[in-house]
Amino acid sequence: MDLTTTYLGLQLKNPLVASASTFTKKTDQAKRLEEAGLSAIVMHSLFEEQIIHESLELDHFLSHGTETFAEALTYLPDIGTYSIGPDAYIEQLAEVKQAVSIPVIGSLNGVSTGGWIHFAKEMEQAGADALELNIYFVPVDLEITSSQLEDAYIKLVSDIRQQISIPIAVKLSPFFTALPHFANRLVEAGANGLVFFNRFYQPDFDLEELEVYPNIMLSTPYEMRLPLRWIALLYGRINTDFALTSGIHSAEDAIKAMMAGAKVAMMTSALLRNGIQTAAEILEDMRIWLEEHEYESIQQMQGSMSQQAVAEPSAFERANYMKVLSSFGDGREMPHTAISSRIIHRTLSSSADDDPFWSS
Amino acid sequence: MYDPALLKDAPETFKSTGARFRELPGQVLTIQVAPEDCTGCALCVEACPAKDKSQVGRKAINMTPQPALRESEAANWEFFLSLPEVDRTSIAFNSIKNSQLLEPLFEFSGACAGCGETPYLKLMSQLFGDRSIIANATGCSSIYGGNLPTTPWTMNSDGRGPAWANSLFEDNAEFGLGMRLCLDKQVEYARELLPHFSSEVGDTLVDALLTAPQKSETDIAAQRERVVTLKERLQGLSGNTRAQDLLSLADVLVRKGVWIVGGDGWAYDIGFGGLDHVLASGHNVNVLVLDTEVYSNTGGQSSKATPRAAVAKFAARGKDMKRKDLGLIAISYGYIYVARIAMGSSDVQTLNAFLEAEAYNGPSLIIAYSHCIAHGFNLRKGLEQQKLAVQAGYWPLYRYNPDRIAEGKPAFILDSKGPSISLDKYAYNETRYRMLLQSDEARAEMLMRAAQEDVYQQWEVYRRLAQTTTIGTATDPTGLAV
Repeated sequence: MDLTTTYLGLQLKNPLVASASTFTKKTDQAKRLEEAGLSAIVMHSLFEEQIIHESLELDHFLSHGTETFAEALTYLPDIGTYSIGPDAYIEQLAEVKQAVSIPVIGSLNGVSTGGWIHFAKEMEQAGADALELNIYFVPVDLEITSSQLEDAYIKLVSDIRQQISIPIAVKLSPFFTALPHFANRLVEAGANGLVFFNRFYQPDFDLEELEVYPNIMLSTPYEMRLPLRWIALLYGRINTDFALTSGIHSAEDAIKAMMAGAKVAMMTSALLRNGIQTAAEILEDMRIWLEEHEYESIQQMQGSMSQQAVAEPSAFERANYMKVLSSFGDGREMPHTAISSRIIHRTLSSSADDDPFWSS
Repeated sequence: MYDPALLKDAPETFKSTGARFRELPGQVLTIQVAPEDCTGCALCVEACPAKDKSQVGRKAINMTPQPALRESEAANWEFFLSLPEVDRTSIAFNSIKNSQLLEPLFEFSGACAGCGETPYLKLMSQLFGDRSIIANATGCSSIYGGNLPTTPWTMNSDGRGPAWANSLFEDNAEFGLGMRLCLDKQVEYARELLPHFSSEVGDTLVDALLTAPQKSETDIAAQRERVVTLKERLQGLSGNTRAQDLLSLADVLVRKGVWIVGGDGWAYDIGFGGLDHVLASGHNVNVLVLDTEVYSNTGGQSSKATPRAAVAKFAARGKDMKRKDLGLIAISYGYIYVARIAMGSSDVQTLNAFLEAEAYNGPSLIIAYSHCIAHGFNLRKGLEQQKLAVQAGYWPLYRYNPDRIAEGKPAFILDSKGPSISLDKYAYNETRYRMLLQSDEARAEMLMRAAQEDVYQQWEVYRRLAQTTTIGTATDPTGLAV
């Protein structure tokens, strides 16, 4: 069975890729990822904040309070050479690259352009086969418009494109008003691939302490629905490689990702929950499934259930609540375009109760 | 806490709220900051548990820029100082809430902002400050405790406060023992003299002075009144040498505590021989070790209290040995009260340890986790970091109370639970651990693994101790005893 695929111009032995996680902080664990059959590894992320913060923090605490008492000129020994933030990251990337034979993709996480982006170049020099640019910014400023925000993202991708020659994938959040348009702009700015979607630390509340604490839960298979839809919608319409990440927990999930149009399916949560060896089991299950269903290769199925390929393209465009409401429809189903225009009309005018379409 | 009628003269911006103390109903309460002396460490704000239900970021006490409030709050502070202190005999001290009504006799020290040591000294001064004699080892506590010509040790309105003196690094325990022996001798002589003056001062007074239990604050207040009466009655005997001796010694008839205070550099290292000797002597002294795990005031040199995997001067590659378990050494004697405390994890356990140590008629040792500028983190989070140290099982809280042996109870009480987070979750919040990770990651990981193993081993030892009824009074394993 031919499980091979291509992603960002890289030839991969199968479409299962390890997404950015702490596994790659340990070289032996990175090797285990390869041994389990994963076809490429995305390194853990190097954060813009980390690059700036760690160096300032160390300097602060090595000198803090040293002016207060003559008998203590310092409180900690200054070792002199530190491998902080980016240095340690670059060293680790090089070490992982040396240790495995599968492609290694560096991961850079930030939002602003500036001096820190030269680390993209350092990742390339350290041997990264590609770069995954993880952009996420919470635009809390009331003055920032969506177009300003998108322009900033595009500028960042363009700047990094000029720095390096290895392929770039952009990992995005799903929270864009007009995702297809923006995705297309990213590709025009130099992105070779789009990774759908990022998962974030979300604040939760501790009711006893009345405190906010950000945390992240492992993904569930349900979470793949969102990237599945968007990849299926954009496959064939934007000339780029898609990667589906979030919610890949089984062979079925990975196969769905391929059918939507993804070149690779990325996973971490299942490996954390069930162990790295889970990847080998999923690959074997994929192989069996393909054989049982008489597929010749992965590439044969890629995009086979994208919007352009399915019998009912409108299924991808309906919002869930629409399905629920129309299921009461007793023959009143309307063409997709009519429903869409009704939504826009309703949003711009008044409540559903006042709308003759819903109340008639 | 005071009578609301006193608020009639309060400045306009002075704040108060109804006090909720069952023992003292109808009172109001004020927490007042000294605006011109606050160092801005924010520890009080971090520790404050009271949050506004409509705006949880606002607490009962909040940090705010000082200039706009300086003048009005300075007036409030002056008024606050004019309010009467709570009568020490009207409340029990055995709750945190009540203990914090007591007047601190340690204030405005020269310590670093956010120092982890000073809260213990403040508590000690609140509980026993008006009848304490303190021997202070050289170290941070002798610097901020004696930043001459001023001193943070102060007196109450009766003129009573801790008597404090600082000796050398290497002899502080002996210095404190000397105080104890002198005090004991003075008490002995005073008690010897008293019966000779039964006819002049009255049999009843002499009997009461000699037999007063002096356990509770009320007992002590009563004894102080007896001493006042004794002194008045002795005034008329100016020509009598022995009466003059008794007059000069009368104050020692009120029970006093000797506190021997110092850091880990003193207790674990330089003064250890003397400390061991003094503890072993069985005399009634209280030892408070403010354990920052390094020589803090000389700039963070490694001591025997420095933990494995931490970087310190003379351990720049990270210390590769376990820290000494001073508490366990003291426990091995069987007759020394020992407590390991961390106020940020359990203020109640800290309070109980102080009360029990002082009440124990023998040597006592309190080892107090003290976060420090030499640990390299924002000390505003000091109490939180203490909590993590306990949660990681790195700093188990316990009390070993020999008095419980006679009651047939286990002398060793574990006051904290077993490790619930990994050690690195606590340690890597601090530069002293993290800098090794940033300079030699492989060694840092090796040491952290070993340090984690230390935690598990230590916990196992303590867990077993807590199941043991006594130390030193086990049954005869040979069956040969007659």
